Amino acid sequence: MAKLRLLFVKEDRAAYISHLDLLRTFQRAFLRLGLVLRHSQGFHPHPIISFALPLPVGQCSDCEILDFETVEDLDAAALPAELNPFLPQGIRVRACYAPAWPVRDLARLSCRVAFLYDRGVPENGAAEIQALLTGPSLVIQKRTKRKSMADVDIRPMLHDLTVTGEPGLLRLDVVVSAQNPGLNPALLGQAVGTYLPALSPDFVTVRRLELLDESGGCFR
Amino acid sequence: MDKRLERILPRVQKPARYVGGEYNAVMKDKAQVELRFAFCFPDTYEIGMSNLGYRILYGALNEMPGVWCERAFAPWTDMEAEMRAAGLPLYALESGDPVGEFDIIGFSVGYEMAYTAMLNMLDLAGLPLRGEDRTALTPLVIAGGTAMYNAEPVADFIDMALIGEGEELLPEVVALCRRAKAEGWDKPRLLRAAAQIQGVYVPSLYDVDYKEDGTVRAITARDGAPERVVKRVVHHMDRAYYPAKTIVPSTEIVHDRVTLEVFRGCIRGCRFCQAGYVYRPVRCRSREQLAQYGQEAIADSGYQEMTLSSLSTSDYPELVGLCDDLEEMCRQKHVNLSLPSLRADNFSMELMGRLQRGRKAGLTFAPEAGTQRLRDAINKNLTEEDLTESLKTAFSGGWSAVKLYFMLGLPTETDEDVLGIAEMASHAVHTWREHASNKNRGLRITVSTSWFVPKPFTAFQWEAQISRSEYERRVKLLREAITAKAVTYNWHDGDTSFLEAVLARGDRRLGRVLERAYRKGAKLDAWSDCFDLNRWLEAFAECGLDPAFYANRERTREEILPWSMISCYVSDDYLWRQRELAYQSVTTPDCRTQCSGCGANSVEGGECYHG
Repeated sequence: MAKLRLLFVKEDRAAYISHLDLLRTFQRAFLRLGLVLRHSQGFHPHPIISFALPLPVGQCSDCEILDFETVEDLDAAALPAELNPFLPQGIRVRACYAPAWPVRDLARLSCRVAFLYDRGVPENGAAEIQALLTGPSLVIQKRTKRKSMADVDIRPMLHDLTVTGEPGLLRLDVVVSAQNPGLNPALLGQAVGTYLPALSPDFVTVRRLELLDESGGCFR
Repeated sequence: MDKRLERILPRVQKPARYVGGEYNAVMKDKAQVELRFAFCFPDTYEIGMSNLGYRILYGALNEMPGVWCERAFAPWTDMEAEMRAAGLPLYALESGDPVGEFDIIGFSVGYEMAYTAMLNMLDLAGLPLRGEDRTALTPLVIAGGTAMYNAEPVADFIDMALIGEGEELLPEVVALCRRAKAEGWDKPRLLRAAAQIQGVYVPSLYDVDYKEDGTVRAITARDGAPERVVKRVVHHMDRAYYPAKTIVPSTEIVHDRVTLEVFRGCIRGCRFCQAGYVYRPVRCRSREQLAQYGQEAIADSGYQEMTLSSLSTSDYPELVGLCDDLEEMCRQKHVNLSLPSLRADNFSMELMGRLQRGRKAGLTFAPEAGTQRLRDAINKNLTEEDLTESLKTAFSGGWSAVKLYFMLGLPTETDEDVLGIAEMASHAVHTWREHASNKNRGLRITVSTSWFVPKPFTAFQWEAQISRSEYERRVKLLREAITAKAVTYNWHDGDTSFLEAVLARGDRRLGRVLERAYRKGAKLDAWSDCFDLNRWLEAFAECGLDPAFYANRERTREEILPWSMISCYVSDDYLWRQRELAYQSVTTPDCRTQCSGCGANSVEGGECYHG
């Protein structure tokens, strides 16, 4: 028996695979490889497999985490190369190892957000957005789990932010809270749309770059 | 990925169905490809990817060196609106390239209600709808599938229809197009040459004249096209391509499992069933090969569900042996093996009981008609005793949900037959009371009726569909006769069945109606939430045609039927004899018991395979 963790990339076409479908995709990939997952004991046994932080559909990531348990021991270091041919395009396993940290220690996410402007980046855009997002508070309307709208201050969940101008876009390198509660970096686009409508981006893309613990160290 | 597509996807439902990249999707190097085939399914991704025939042909085409077959499906309404707004044309999932730039656009058409989706896909690809307006050699628009046995309603839009099974025929057509492209033929030359291949129907090479009364006066073949296009069949199933390695969608589809096709054709000869006639003769795959394909497909896909597929799986001669062969692998890999299309006989029930582990899902039976007399008339060789015995086994084995399917409006149906359906349901309740192993679970019986649609190449191809008001009267009669609390009654929406009856036996004059209905917004007619019969009625009125002429008119034996340039081997004389037997409520034995001389044995110039 082995308790293992996968670190994988989800990008390109695979960015549109939903959380539930991704679970099925990995279960099938394991079966293709002939790897037997440990199942829960009970009336309806299900394989023991879980993702650390569900990635919103459409976003890309270099650092997704999947925890699973196998019936037999295996060579974890060899697994990525073995498993990758069995995965759909856009999903690539970077590493497999016995997890040293529990998922609850995963505190922050380093992300790259791109604000795209089809008619060029408005003048002073970078500076104004930097000032807005690093101000004392940033209240936006967010859909709650009960489907109603609520005002939420997302500023405490935003730990680091640098805005850089590039041709046609603004690049935001951000560190956000990962959980309890976490911040979906796409909401930064919404915040700009609310407070600086002239700087509202035409499109927002998000890519998770790195997982961090509370002190900013790399989480694995 | 296309930037326009990237912007659209966050706003549409289930974006994963629009991006491709699934496990086993075939990618090729464009520089090495001479012919590009856009395989279009005129329905959603979830429906199209569930179609075994589509998967077979995708695999068979991609086995051809120099040919790249890619997929395209009908976008849902939200996606279509976004694509049109963004100026994004219909694209193929593998390469993302516009379908309009492909050499061949092939449609898989299983159902008449998909015709407008075909038109919409052509339009989204930026192509003229009518074949005569597409003058270049490419893209060539072709169509195959069960609905193409009568391709007349779409004759104006397609360049050719492929009749019968495509495994061998489609590669031959593709090879011819490749030659035409390499040698710089023009389109008329290609069409004339293609018409010489058995199974290829080129509508533009046939002139159709009509009489004053709207029936066909004559059909004349031109330029060497055959008077009768004879369907193609795969002679030996063990040599036919099976997609053991096939695309595993990354999002859930309707039939999300391995499908093992055990045989083609059907020995039963139900007189209403188009598939039962056009897929003759019966051809089985060997048990050994099926067991091997089953293993391979499970290992390759990672699926944990497998289904045996055919028109009547209980009729596979070595069904028990095959299940024995598969059972061990299924147990080891936790694969659930299911057997749909079982007959309601005891043999099948025992087999199901053996395979069913744990949860007992609902059981479905299709007696089709409420009395023995009518079941005999339609040659549904199922007795009430068979059904009662099966229900006994089911209820004592712990099943507590049963679905019963019937048709209303079958030829010769009387009120007694309609009320017979209610009686069968109450007998089922009675059987449950006497035999249920656990009554605490309660009983759920669902009776569903559809409105019978007469189809070409069946014994009932000359019949009138009963009128709308008569159908509704029979539904009401049955609804009031079903009183048991445990029985739920569902009936089929009449609008769809009526239009289906019109299109199924339509002639080429319907092309104008189709185009008008499409322009009025008909494009996903197979979906009740998108379908509106009024668009069609308006289109008919504007074209000066009467839908009742097609749906509700009885044809004479002498009438030239619009699809009579097509042959599925089964002769009209045979079908007419079957019709006469129906009116006498005389059954025809199944093919294995006795050959009744339908004509399908001429496929091999000799005897049918009985498998």
